[in-house]
Formats: sequence, C-alpha cells, structure tokens
Amino acid sequence: MNGVILAAAEGGVAADFSAEPILASVVKAVLIVVFLLTSVLFAIWFERKVVAKMQLRPGPNWHGPKGMLQSLADAMKLLLKEDVNVTRADRVVYLLAPMLSVSAALLVFAVIPFGPSVTIPFTDFSTPAQLTDFPVAVLYILAAASVGVYGIVLGGWSSGSTYPLLGAVRSTAQVISYELAMGLSLVSVFIMAGSMSTSQIVNSQTQVWWFIPLAPAFVVYIISMVGETNRLPFDLPEAEGELVSGYMTEYSSMKFAWFFLAEYINMLNVSAVAVTLFFGGWRAPVPDGFLGDALNTGWLPIVWFVVKVWAVMFFFVWVRGTLLRLRYDQFMVLGWKMLIPVALGWVVVLGGVQWALTIAELPRSTFFYLAAGVVVLVLIPMLFWPEKRRKAEPAEPETIDAFADGYPVPPLPGQKLPASERFGKEVAGSDR
Amino acid sequence: MTPDEMAGMTTSGGEAFLFWVLAPLMVLAALGLLFVRRAVHAALCVVFVMVSLAIMYIASSAPFLGVVQVVVYTGAVMMLFLFVLMLVGVDASDSLTETIRGQRWIGLLLGLGLAIVLIGVVSQATFRAGAPPTEDQVANPVGLARILFGDYVLAMETVGVLLVTAAMGALMLTHRRRLEPKRTQRYVAEQRVKALAEGGTLTPLPAPGVYAQSNAMDTPALGPDGRPLEHSVSRVLRIRGQEKAAPATLVETSPVATSSSVEQTAIEPAGEVSPVWGTGRDGGEDS
Repeated sequence: MNGVILAAAEGGVAADFSAEPILASVVKAVLIVVFLLTSVLFAIWFERKVVAKMQLRPGPNWHGPKGMLQSLADAMKLLLKEDVNVTRADRVVYLLAPMLSVSAALLVFAVIPFGPSVTIPFTDFSTPAQLTDFPVAVLYILAAASVGVYGIVLGGWSSGSTYPLLGAVRSTAQVISYELAMGLSLVSVFIMAGSMSTSQIVNSQTQVWWFIPLAPAFVVYIISMVGETNRLPFDLPEAEGELVSGYMTEYSSMKFAWFFLAEYINMLNVSAVAVTLFFGGWRAPVPDGFLGDALNTGWLPIVWFVVKVWAVMFFFVWVRGTLLRLRYDQFMVLGWKMLIPVALGWVVVLGGVQWALTIAELPRSTFFYLAAGVVVLVLIPMLFWPEKRRKAEPAEPETIDAFADGYPVPPLPGQKLPASERFGKEVAGSDR
Repeated sequence: MTPDEMAGMTTSGGEAFLFWVLAPLMVLAALGLLFVRRAVHAALCVVFVMVSLAIMYIASSAPFLGVVQVVVYTGAVMMLFLFVLMLVGVDASDSLTETIRGQRWIGLLLGLGLAIVLIGVVSQATFRAGAPPTEDQVANPVGLARILFGDYVLAMETVGVLLVTAAMGALMLTHRRRLEPKRTQRYVAEQRVKALAEGGTLTPLPAPGVYAQSNAMDTPALGPDGRPLEHSVSRVLRIRGQEKAAPATLVETSPVATSSSVEQTAIEPAGEVSPVWGTGRDGGEDS
C-alpha cells in the first residue's frame, strides 16, 4: 500500500520517499512514538514547573533532579490504581473511547517533517527525517483530529452520567466550530506554498516564515489551536469548576491515563503543525544562505524543530497561567462571529491579491510591501479617530397589561410585563 | 484484453491483502447498522465503514478523496448525527412501533428496488484498464482542482450558491427577533452596584449548606459565627415554606439562632457573636 500512496504522491511533495525500505519506516514510526511518550512526560513536568514559576511557588521539586521524575511517578500511580468501571456505562464504547482518542492523536506526527534528508552515521544510507508525506498531508492531519473528537464524544456519552454528557456535547460544538476556523486559516498557507504537503510547505519558507506575511491567518490558527485542544481559556469540555472534569469524570486508572496522554499529544501535534506551517518547520532562525546553509543540513535541523515546538508549548502554558476560562456563549461568539469571518475574509483578500499579482506578473515580495502599506494606512487614521461616545441609557420600559385584549401577548420593544406576584415577596413570618 | 491493459488492472499484493482484510469487516459493520440495538452503536458502525472506505480510496491512489471523506463525512456529518443521538442518553431504548402505516413494506420495496438497480449497474459495468502512472502526471489534488475549477466550474459554483442559500434558509428559520435590549455583562454589573445602596450584594448569595444529616438546597448554610444564613436558601423555597432548620446540634445549643433573628445577628460585629460560637461548641460536648 505504501508504494501505491507514494506513486500517487510524486507531484507536489518535496521529500523523496521512493527508495524507502519498509524497515526504515518501521524504525521511524517507533522513534516517533518514543519521542511523543517522553515528550508527554516532560510536558507535564514542564507545564507544572512553568505555571508554578508564574505563580511564585516552587512546583514539583521532590522526585529526581528538580522534580523531573514527578510525572513518571504519577504515570506509575495511574497504572497501578484500581480500574473502576461504571455499572451504567455502555461497556464496549466506554472502553473504546480512550483508545480512539490516543490512536488518533498518534497519527498526526507521521507527516510532520523533523528535518531534511539525514544520513545515518557510519553508513551511506540517507532518508528524510519524516515518516511519510503525500500531497494532502495537512488535510490528513485535520482528518486525524476529527476522528480524535470521537473519543471525547463517545467517552462522555458512554459514561451514562450527566456531567460527562454535558462535557461531550460542549466538546462536539466546540471542535466543529473551531475546526472550521482552523481549516480556513490553513488555506492561506496552501495558497502561498502552492501545496498541502508538509515537506513542500517547509521548503517554501526559505525566504520568509509564513507567520509574518500571513499574520491574520496565523493569529486565527493560534486561537483555534488552543480551542481545538480543550486548553485554558477554552477548556469548557472539562471545566473543573462547572463539570467536575467533563467527559473524563467517570474514567479512572489507565483509561483516564489514555485521555490524559491524548490531550498532551494533541498539544504537541498542534504545536508541531504551527511550527511546520508558520514558523519555517525545521529551518534555522537565520537568513537563507547563512554560513552556506550549514545550519539547515544534516541532523541540526531536528534541534531547531524541537526548540520551536517547545516554544509553542511554552505559549500554551503561558496562556493557561494568564487567562481565565471564557463563558460558553462568549466562546461561541468568538468562534463564529470573529474567527470564521476573519479567516474567510483573509482567504478572499489573499486569493484576490495573488490573482492580481499573477495578472500583473509582479514578484510576490510586492505583496508584502502592499500589505505593510495597507496596514500603515489603516493604523494612521485610527490614531486620530475620535473616541466613541457612550450610548445613552435606554428609556425605562413601559409596563403593559398583557391580557388587555383577552389573550396574552408578548411585550414589544420598549414595553415590559408587570412583575410576577411572587416577585419581591418576603418570606412569611420574617420581620425584615 | 491486451497485456498492457491487464497490467493496469492487477493490484499489488499489499493492496489485495488490505482489501481482503477490510472488505469483510466493512460488510460486518454495514450489517451491524441493521442489527444492533442502540442507535449510537449503529452510528459507530457507519463511522467504521466510512473510515475503511477512505482507506480503500487512498489505496486506490486517490488520497484527496480518502482524506476528504474522513474530514467531511466522519468528522462533520456523522458527528452531527452522533450529537443528536447522544442527547437521547445511554439507557433509552428505541420504540419499535410503526409510526407510518405499512412503513416496513414500503421500506422493503424500496430496498429491493435499490438492490436491483445496484446489481444491474454493477453487472453491466465494463472495467476499463487504468493507465499506469506516467512521469508528467500531476499530483492528485492538483488534477482534481483543474477538473473541478476548469471543466466543471459552473456546476461547482451553482452547488456552492445552493449550499449557501440552504444555510441562509436554516438561519432564517431559527432566527428570532430580539424583543428587549440585551442584558450585557456590563449592564448587569452596573445594576448590581446600583442595588448596593438598597441593601443588595455584589457577590453571589451564599450557597445552601451540605451536612451529614441533611442534603443541601433546603438547609441554610452556617455563617462564620456558626449561625444559619437564611438567605442561602432559595427564595422560592422560603416562600413556599419548604425551608428546613439548620443542623440540629447547633440549633439546640444556640437558642438565639431562630430563623427570625438570623439576618440581624449575622451582620452584628464579630465580637458580640463569638461567645455564641463558644457556647455552641461547649454545649455540644456536654450533652
């Protein structure tokens, strides 16, 4: 099957997988899983430590150097804990849900390029530092994410309990609306890179990383990425203060650990996608051709990639330490009335500009100057714009008799119903 | 058939293996849709068929179609189905009574018709040999884009307009005119501050108490002075007279804390109240 995919993929993919033996693919897959699992252990420690520093407390500091073995101990505790099954749960789906979550989360890194072609030491065998790539790799990432939601939804439903169900319903609405914004923000990268293959997108960022020219799309992606992973301030499906912990309330022991693992892997996933699409992937943060491109060849790019991923992970933790959870309606308004229109409008503008540049046969750099000019033109009047006057208080609504014409009618704008008989009534016997 | 055409039709070993593993499972899942009891299980069977179908597409050199199948059908359409089904709950069982008269016979007849059409189409089909991939062949999504936005651009745009119209229609059907000004967060906050002068509170009211002997809602919470806070119980419950007394131990030992005087004592300075807390504890130990 591998060969079939690759045969179809020859056009539009930068990395060359034509000489890839099956053994190399297997080794890469194992390495990716190992990388993800250790990264998750590190991420939990990292998050607790960084949040602790932000809150002026030491954080985990007891097990191992600087408390680094804390998350290992926590994982062991989860493994050995009693596995509680809810009697009223739908058994099969209840077991299936956490596994679905994890396996979908593990799929994404298959198409993330860690680096360019690398040569294995002491041999002359060289291979791309990436498991696979095909012309629709980024769409595949979206597909894997959408399958991962099933884990949350089914977990919440099958628990047969109220809070998990509420968490699952919230999560469905949340992921569907934020995936739209996310997809739309990725479209502008596809337009600029001319490809949906991850290795080709990284290759297209030699001159400039896409987060500068595509700043609006980048901002939309960053916001929807946090929404997609159910992290603060968008952790409404879990919301400890409202829903206990949402869809995973009834899960314990290893089944809970699966969900936990999936959540952290998903954080790594969206960070890696952000790095690949907007931050130049494995490219070193130096101008093209610096030191004869020595920093962008061999094994060194893997270091750049990992550093960038952890920078985005730090952003996640920073946001968590700074922002409060949104109210659910505010969250939906942000998604549907802000992010999606902005992303959609930006794609239209970008498409128009690209078309105009093609017609006028101008180089693409003209677009950047054009965009900068437009931004300056918009910002200058905004500096001198008079402050908006506060709207006058609405007039006191007039009380109407709803039953005046014999049958009840609703109040029109500017009218209100008389207060209910119970309104303001004091408790009998109270002398207040 | 020429040898060249034969070469286009044969499948590689891996592809054949994939087909013979997935196809029986897909048939089982499709049958599961008919025979499982719970609606959510049926939905899961459909999801399995959809994802397996996507894998088949990818194996047949159509990665774009396969991935879009998962994104659109599994990720969006089936998720909306599941969203509705979920609200029914785990325990609900489906009603098996016929709501439309003779719907089983109509269903059977339509199913039979569909089966005849499908069998007819499949048996009539002639398999053209697929051309082997050539060097200058464009990538799958690019080729698709050229067809959709080149040859069939009018049809694509028409479908787009239709879909947007349908979405607008759905919005119109669920739209409701706002009859009163929106109570924004700022408005509510300002009203609360205004009410402060008339004895209102800025903070939420205290929650009712949870004790070993009684369970919340109708039982007042205890203030820091050990007296029950009457306004922690819902006003409706108090008007109905369904309020319960505070935990027995404290009520017995502190006779001052009757329901009528609670509110007044609660706002008195702490110095005067603290002896009551002391006696309450002592009395409890004595008895």
